[in-house]
Amino acid sequence: MAKIKKKVKTIKVDADKCNGCQSCEIICSTFHATPKYSSINPARSRIQVIRDPMRDVWLPVFAGEYVEAECMGRQTFVIDGKEYSECDFCRAACPARDRFTEPDSGLPLRCDMCEENGPGQEPLCVQWCFNEVLKFEEREVEVEEDVRLGDLEIGLKSLLDKHGLQKLVDTMTRITQKS
Amino acid sequence: MRYAETGYNLEIDLATGNIERVETDPKLTELYLGGLGTSVKMMWDRVPPETKAFDPENLLIFSSGLLVGTPAFSFNRSVVTTISPQTDLLAYPMMGGFWAAQLKYAGYDKVVFRNKSPKLVYIWIHNDKVEIRDASHLKGKGTVETREIIKKELNKPHAAVAAIGLAGENRVFTASIEQGRSSASRLGGGAVMGDKNIKAIAVLGSKDLFLARGEEFMEHVNKAAEYIKFRNTNPLPGIPTILAGIGSPQEMKHTDEKWHTENFVWGNARTRRRGFWTEEINESWSTTQKSAVKRLISCFNCPQQCGALVSYKDTPRYKMKCFSKLTYSMAAYVDDLDFNFRIARLATEYGVDAFSTPQILAFAVELYEAGILTDKDFEGCPSDKEGRFFWLLDRFVRREGIGDILADGTYWAARKIGKGAEEFDHNTIKKHEQVPVKLGTLDPLYYLMYSTNEKISITQIEGNWPQGAFPTREMREQFVKDWPQLPDERFKQYVLDWEPRGEKSIPYFPTPDMCSEIVDWMEMVHNIDDALGLCAGMGSFCLKPPYHIHNYPLLVSAATGIDMDEEGLKKTVNRSRNLHRAFNVVRGMRRVDEKPPEDHWKRRFPELEEQLMDTYYKYKGWNNDGIPTKERLLELDLGFVAEDLERRGILQDGQD
Repeated sequence: MAKIKKKVKTIKVDADKCNGCQSCEIICSTFHATPKYSSINPARSRIQVIRDPMRDVWLPVFAGEYVEAECMGRQTFVIDGKEYSECDFCRAACPARDRFTEPDSGLPLRCDMCEENGPGQEPLCVQWCFNEVLKFEEREVEVEEDVRLGDLEIGLKSLLDKHGLQKLVDTMTRITQKS
Repeated sequence: MRYAETGYNLEIDLATGNIERVETDPKLTELYLGGLGTSVKMMWDRVPPETKAFDPENLLIFSSGLLVGTPAFSFNRSVVTTISPQTDLLAYPMMGGFWAAQLKYAGYDKVVFRNKSPKLVYIWIHNDKVEIRDASHLKGKGTVETREIIKKELNKPHAAVAAIGLAGENRVFTASIEQGRSSASRLGGGAVMGDKNIKAIAVLGSKDLFLARGEEFMEHVNKAAEYIKFRNTNPLPGIPTILAGIGSPQEMKHTDEKWHTENFVWGNARTRRRGFWTEEINESWSTTQKSAVKRLISCFNCPQQCGALVSYKDTPRYKMKCFSKLTYSMAAYVDDLDFNFRIARLATEYGVDAFSTPQILAFAVELYEAGILTDKDFEGCPSDKEGRFFWLLDRFVRREGIGDILADGTYWAARKIGKGAEEFDHNTIKKHEQVPVKLGTLDPLYYLMYSTNEKISITQIEGNWPQGAFPTREMREQFVKDWPQLPDERFKQYVLDWEPRGEKSIPYFPTPDMCSEIVDWMEMVHNIDDALGLCAGMGSFCLKPPYHIHNYPLLVSAATGIDMDEEGLKKTVNRSRNLHRAFNVVRGMRRVDEKPPEDHWKRRFPELEEQLMDTYYKYKGWNNDGIPTKERLLELDLGFVAEDLERRGILQDGQD
């Protein structure tokens, strides 16, 4: 694959500043609702605040790639005296847990940096975080060209992985015939 | 399709274990909004005046507010309504936190409990799955402890858990319901929860909540958000630090407590200590606070940071907010904040109201010093101030010995103890402990708010109106210049004319007519907040808040699809306000009960006070005994209330 120059967008997280209000989850879920702003459901948010208040853990994590299978990572990390599992930091929509999957369909979610809003706009979660926990960063890097999947493709791919092509085609046929 | 609300309540009969998901009447939303408004209507419909707090027929309603769970900042309150064991009137302790939002995402606006469970249980609400679970292993456990155990055994670390501690289990009249960093404490909601044998309610939801006109709603939300940012960077000049910002008083963030420690009174609401806040105290208290506050934390969808995770020396962690930082030290006359951080942890685990409880303990100490309570009552009690409070708190929540009497609160304990103890009950209104404040000259506004508000506790009745006249004309002009929250421009003139001394000062200015208008405005915004589920710290309880009468209707209309203008919204909350009053009137509340403590002000003005009450009642459309007139009730579509009051002979046909 060819190397290309590409703008990489990311959200830097300063977890020490997080007050656990979940505003990022709320605005994310409502921005991505269809139609836009028609509903709210933090469980659909592509950013989730991992919370364990009594341990002083508030950790916003935004959704990354969808993965087919659970990984082997079981390491723990101690940062500032607080223990985190490898899973805590992981941004994957993974079959081993509920995080970053649609609560009704189980389809994976992925952060799209609210690109729909147009260039120069920060993702909504960053805009809504008054305590400056989330910081938007854009930098140019040289990467191998890849094809970025849209929401529907990610969803379909996860269904393919889970059920196989034949079952998926059969079901699609059945549903279309019914309607 | 229902918008902003879910349109469903959970009805749980604790005696039979029957759980039902009940669709609510959308008409009720138009008439009473939600939260406190619709809960009062339910109490009116279902709890007759003969029902006492600990009767099985008493309802315990946990409600969200109409806009809770929407993207509008700071709408996150849970409102608990029930009959108070202390007052025998309607209690509505509230809390922030995360519980109400989770309830909405689980698909419910309210949870309504009736009857009593035969054994200690906790409730687990997870979307359509609702369970009554055994809680025998949680008996006697603290509120924080209980929350952590439940989250662990459900394997749901993000569940919101509202729990009671020992105090609630033992039906202590000041028992609170604790949740996250928040607490529904006033008037004994925790005692009723304990009486019904509910240790905790855990809730987690992952359903959608809908907005009628989302894009439009977001425009109004964004405007409010801009104003929040503006106010957070522009504290009001010339106002004490603690009152200059928005949110609940930022006592976890600010260490400057000159205002509370010198203006509020110490002990059993007894001594004002002017000059207390010395440089030395400032340093010691600030150091203690900074070492205790591990992190400032927020409630659901709120950018403010009114609460804190407290990790103090070797005391197990807990959360705290607001004035509970000071109440125990001040009540015990302990000039060290260290004591407060240690005892508050225990009090949070026990689950007690941080306003009433320290006063009740201080009341006991006074009775002991006066020889009314004796060594026998205090057998085994340490003699130092701190030790005495720890010992008393323990007896109190367990209802052991003298603790059993004190656990009914100052008013009832005084009458049970007798021997002149009644004289020491000097800070209650309608049998409920008030904020410890004792001042010089009667303040006509506070006189009315103290006397007449259905909340029964002054905390969070006041707010949008300055607490006192500004010393100079320039300051007044500066204050009124930028005041978009005003319901009417004429209020500006009242502020401009209001002086600290002379003819146009308290007690005669603002005049009784002006006072009625101002108090009515304060009540209106509080009633709106309590129906919509807004934290009063972002609405009715602070100066120049982001939400006010000009943007509430826009938010309500866009969120619910029920088009409501300012007049419509005012009428809606006025309806709830009058229904609320009628509910308490039917339970026996009258004008004679509506008065502040005798010694609240040194200089009293009996004639003026009567005039204030007459004027205010008239303004509200109530008769001279504080009962809504038939005319007012009919205006507010409360014909069924008028009929009821007539049937009971409380209102007589043809006369008000």
